[in-house]
Amino acid sequence: MMLAAHNLSIGDRLHDVSLALEPGQIIAICGPNGAGKSTLLEALAGLLPPENGAIDLGDSNLATLHPRERAQRIGYLPQAHEIAWDVPVRSLIELGRMPHGDTRAEPVEAAIAALDLGPLENRRAQSLSGGETARVLLARVLAGEPAWILADEPLAALDIGHQLALLRHLRDAADQGAGVVLVLHDLAHAMNCADRVIVLNEGRLAADGEPHAALDVSTLQSVWKIDARWIRADDKRALIAR
Amino acid sequence: MNRAVVVFGLLLAIALPLSLLAGRVWLWPDATPNAAIILAELRLPRALLAVIVGAGLGAAGAAMQGYLRNPLADPGLFGIAPGAALGAVVALWFGYTTSAWLLPLFALLGAGGAMALLAAIAGRTGGIALFTLAGLMVASLAGALTALAISMAPNAFAMSEIVLWLNGALTDRSWREVTLAAPLVGLGVLLLWRTGKPLDALTLGEPVARSLGVNTGALLWMLTAGIGLTVGASVAVAGIIGFVGLIVPHLVRPFTDSRPSQLIVPSALAGALLVLVADSAVRVLPFVTELRLGIALSLLGAPFFLWLLIRMRRGLA
Repeated sequence: MMLAAHNLSIGDRLHDVSLALEPGQIIAICGPNGAGKSTLLEALAGLLPPENGAIDLGDSNLATLHPRERAQRIGYLPQAHEIAWDVPVRSLIELGRMPHGDTRAEPVEAAIAALDLGPLENRRAQSLSGGETARVLLARVLAGEPAWILADEPLAALDIGHQLALLRHLRDAADQGAGVVLVLHDLAHAMNCADRVIVLNEGRLAADGEPHAALDVSTLQSVWKIDARWIRADDKRALIAR
Repeated sequence: MNRAVVVFGLLLAIALPLSLLAGRVWLWPDATPNAAIILAELRLPRALLAVIVGAGLGAAGAAMQGYLRNPLADPGLFGIAPGAALGAVVALWFGYTTSAWLLPLFALLGAGGAMALLAAIAGRTGGIALFTLAGLMVASLAGALTALAISMAPNAFAMSEIVLWLNGALTDRSWREVTLAAPLVGLGVLLLWRTGKPLDALTLGEPVARSLGVNTGALLWMLTAGIGLTVGASVAVAGIIGFVGLIVPHLVRPFTDSRPSQLIVPSALAGALLVLVADSAVRVLPFVTELRLGIALSLLGAPFFLWLLIRMRRGLA
């Protein structure tokens, strides 16, 4: 099921953005602060109505889709890891089933297994570390079995080990057919882990394509105003800024 | 059924018959003259009213804390209780108390007016912060107008009536108040109970709740209507009874898994229990005139809450 934006504009944050996203891929949205990345993600999640243009999910217009149907197909993970009450971890993960109106054990167990949360299942939310919380909240999204997973800076506040683990879990979800859209600040992660990179600058599309093309040295120069180059080791790349 | 429903349901079932016997004069059904009349016309309606008022305030407090994701939230924050109080004060000011229906009717109008003002300020799509601020402003406006009414009372009698009434009590209430409050509070608790699942989703913040398909606008109005009915009806029949909505969810939370949906019904039961026990206590206490229930609950509530805060601080340290 394609997720496509047509001439999307929202206030002075997004201008005339058109994209067609394919499922089964990890798509990274990159750009400097204030470029409109989170706005684009919220709009793609159906949480922010377009002022101009439209977003289509498959054959349906996202704005006219019933919130519950939209929620069954799009899982959204915001940047803030807010958990207001000290609730059991399992009940948090079961919230992912809410759009389906059930607490079916199978997808909940699958999400717990996928993120290796068995030992945490009976803990309380406020006893979790930052890395554990991030995994639990991703499990909440996976339990809803959405066709699309949209996450805003899911790697922020995680150490490198947890960052790579989370990216592996997202890769597994993409391999199983889900579309994964991530707002990423870390350009090296975008370069090494994404199938496609979308670069935004001042609310406009600055580049869109395979990572090495979208994040080439000239784009880094024109969008981030940095003098940098990529160096290669094994099959990965690292960014060296001068 | 969760543990809290069983615990507080059982305690309420024990407290209710005991409260019928308790009073300045302890009632012994075999020995006390006119026991049947005292029970049927005085003690039973008063006890039931305590249960109804407490249930409404408790459920409203639990839903309010769930909605604002704040354990210090109180249903008074929405300005509905001060609005209802202002309505009642207007009735007292003009001396409209000759008909027993007029005062509660004015209080309900005041609650409705506060809700309408909230709607006008916060609008259909207003977020939680805007709504809370609007509620606070409605509350202070109603409070200021109430103070104005007191300071400009037509005579000393009206002034003392207003001040007494504002302190909340269940003295001299009859079946009339019970039949007025019961359906309104019942409907209100039902609405608040229906907000449980969306409030669970709100645990993860408003964007996540919306992404899970929660219609946050509809949730807000269901909540406002629920709080308007429960709190408005409570103030209409009993005056201002503070602290119940604030304290009760804290009493209930340790018996649950802390999900807002698991708190609403037990909080109704615990609120009923708290007001019933407090009202029985003020009847039994050997003062020359009966201690006002509103004052008693504030005297009880504030130190309890301080103790709770100290315990929370220790937990954080």
